[in-house]
Amino acid sequence: MSTAAATVVEAPAVSHRQRFRDRWYRNTSFVAGASILGVIVLLAILAPLVTWHDPVQQDLLNTLQGSSWDHPLGTDDLGRDIWTRLVYGARTDLRIAFLAVVFPFILGTFAGLISGYFTGRTDSVVNWLVNVVVAFPFYVLIIALVFVLGPGSRNIYIAITIVGWVSYTRIVRGEVLVQKRQEYVLAAHAAGLSNTRILGRHLLPNVITQGVVFAMSDIVLDILAIVTLGYLGMGVQPPTADWGRMIADGQTYLTTNWQLSTIPGIAVVITALALSLIADGLADLLRPE
Amino acid sequence: MTEPLLEVRDLSVELSLEHGVLRPVDAVSFDLASGEALGLVGESGSGKTMTLRALIGLLPRTARIVGGSAVFDGVDLASVGEDELRNVRGRGIAMVFQEPMTALNPVMKVGDQIAEGPLVRLGLSRGAARERALELMRTVGIPDPKRRADAYPHELSGGLRQRVMIAIALSGEPRLLLCDEPTTALDVTIQDQILALLTHLRHELHVSVVFVSHDLAVIAETCQRVAVMYAGQVVETGPVETVFRDPRHPYTLSLLRSVPDFEVVRETLATIPGSPPDLAQLPPGCRFHPRCRFSQEDCRTGDFPLQAVGSDHATACIHSDACALDVAREPVISRG
Repeated sequence: MSTAAATVVEAPAVSHRQRFRDRWYRNTSFVAGASILGVIVLLAILAPLVTWHDPVQQDLLNTLQGSSWDHPLGTDDLGRDIWTRLVYGARTDLRIAFLAVVFPFILGTFAGLISGYFTGRTDSVVNWLVNVVVAFPFYVLIIALVFVLGPGSRNIYIAITIVGWVSYTRIVRGEVLVQKRQEYVLAAHAAGLSNTRILGRHLLPNVITQGVVFAMSDIVLDILAIVTLGYLGMGVQPPTADWGRMIADGQTYLTTNWQLSTIPGIAVVITALALSLIADGLADLLRPE
Repeated sequence: MTEPLLEVRDLSVELSLEHGVLRPVDAVSFDLASGEALGLVGESGSGKTMTLRALIGLLPRTARIVGGSAVFDGVDLASVGEDELRNVRGRGIAMVFQEPMTALNPVMKVGDQIAEGPLVRLGLSRGAARERALELMRTVGIPDPKRRADAYPHELSGGLRQRVMIAIALSGEPRLLLCDEPTTALDVTIQDQILALLTHLRHELHVSVVFVSHDLAVIAETCQRVAVMYAGQVVETGPVETVFRDPRHPYTLSLLRSVPDFEVVRETLATIPGSPPDLAQLPPGCRFHPRCRFSQEDCRTGDFPLQAVGSDHATACIHSDACALDVAREPVISRG
């Protein structure tokens, strides 16, 4: 056997996943965000177990109660338990927010991939579309779209997708423009691989990180959008519990019963904080070495 | 000589820049027989890498082939369309890059990267492709291939990464391997192992090799034939033994003289005066004449095509005798 084929002793290879597993819990932001969000999601999932009232059952004899053993956070103007509505509201809002982020993520990533990779006409068309959408303020466009389409969660998904994909396209396109000049893409071309394969198997995994990180902050935006729509009466329709609706309904009693609006408001802030912390931590953890 | 595997004739590449058009590869010609290794030597910017890129149609966007032919296995690579070219890439001609860290996909397991060729290009099943990848890893001397296959590039050492690169290049069962300074980024000891591996593979698998390097020792170790490039042109070509022992172009001679020799310790290293010409402002006549110590009046005008100075040995210099005399006075290779 020649010296060339003789094997060399090297440092043992450590599995990549193992490294991630070893590191994630040392990232304070990620752990804090994940814990908070975990508690909220757990409460939402276990809603029937952690509450003992019906979220839509009115009790007109016990309206606007302060906190008590039976109603830990009191009741609203229709005598509904606030704690129960808060937990069921989390169910509604989180589900819509998570789903609403999936469609723009997929659509925007795809558009960003092809426009960054095949420059020229495709790129011009995509960029033009992006600029058209970006020209409108985020909320104005969403509210206008929901106004045209009508309220309801399906139309919220559609409106958020139409407005939200552009951010992913911009992020992914920028990454593709950088990554496609890397030598491994040249090497993939030199190996005779097709454009589809290079895009899907080589570029996508290398550009997706930024998209995933942004998706976390995007959920926050979506929650705010849903809450805003609810507040404006164009979101989830009553009597379904929803934080935006709760804030809107409570504002009439702001001077006498401030907690009606404030409690769901705090819930929004805490959720947003948790997601931002996760985004921060992920950006750290997923950064390539 | 048998029918050459690769026959490059007058290949020219032009680069369009804002302030004009450059010709980084100017009428380059060489032949490569089956199973042979050819070295392309020259300074940075002499057009070595650009020549390689032109062969597999992976020139930068601003560059294009403007003339000549490169016939590989009956196909003229300089004129075929993108689809046919893609068919040749990986299967007929594969490339090994200089920097294995950047030429490997950082987020894909190396086993998957090696298996990709067999899977996509050879149409093997997933399981068979994986088996083939492990086999290739053994061929290029990667220890414990089963475990390494699941590693990511950053988890491997430079030497192992370059072995992975070579395994990927071999995965499409090519007949020609283009090596673009494959050992420049490695330690000398590892460099030696990789060179030995390439030579070993060339004998074992009968692949031909075009080896681009600025390192004369590397070329001497791995190649049978050599083409010396200067400012986009081949200035001397011939068997490695002949060219390195009896250079007939002053540029080759100066290159050989500037290699440090441990047996004859000198105060200062020999250098070539001046710097490589700016491609936008090439000197008239022989492109090397401003830096040449043998240059005469007739070097400043006209064309300087390669002329035979022996069997299979050609130079672009019209005063090659001057080189021969200089070498006779002081041999360039002191070692046997």
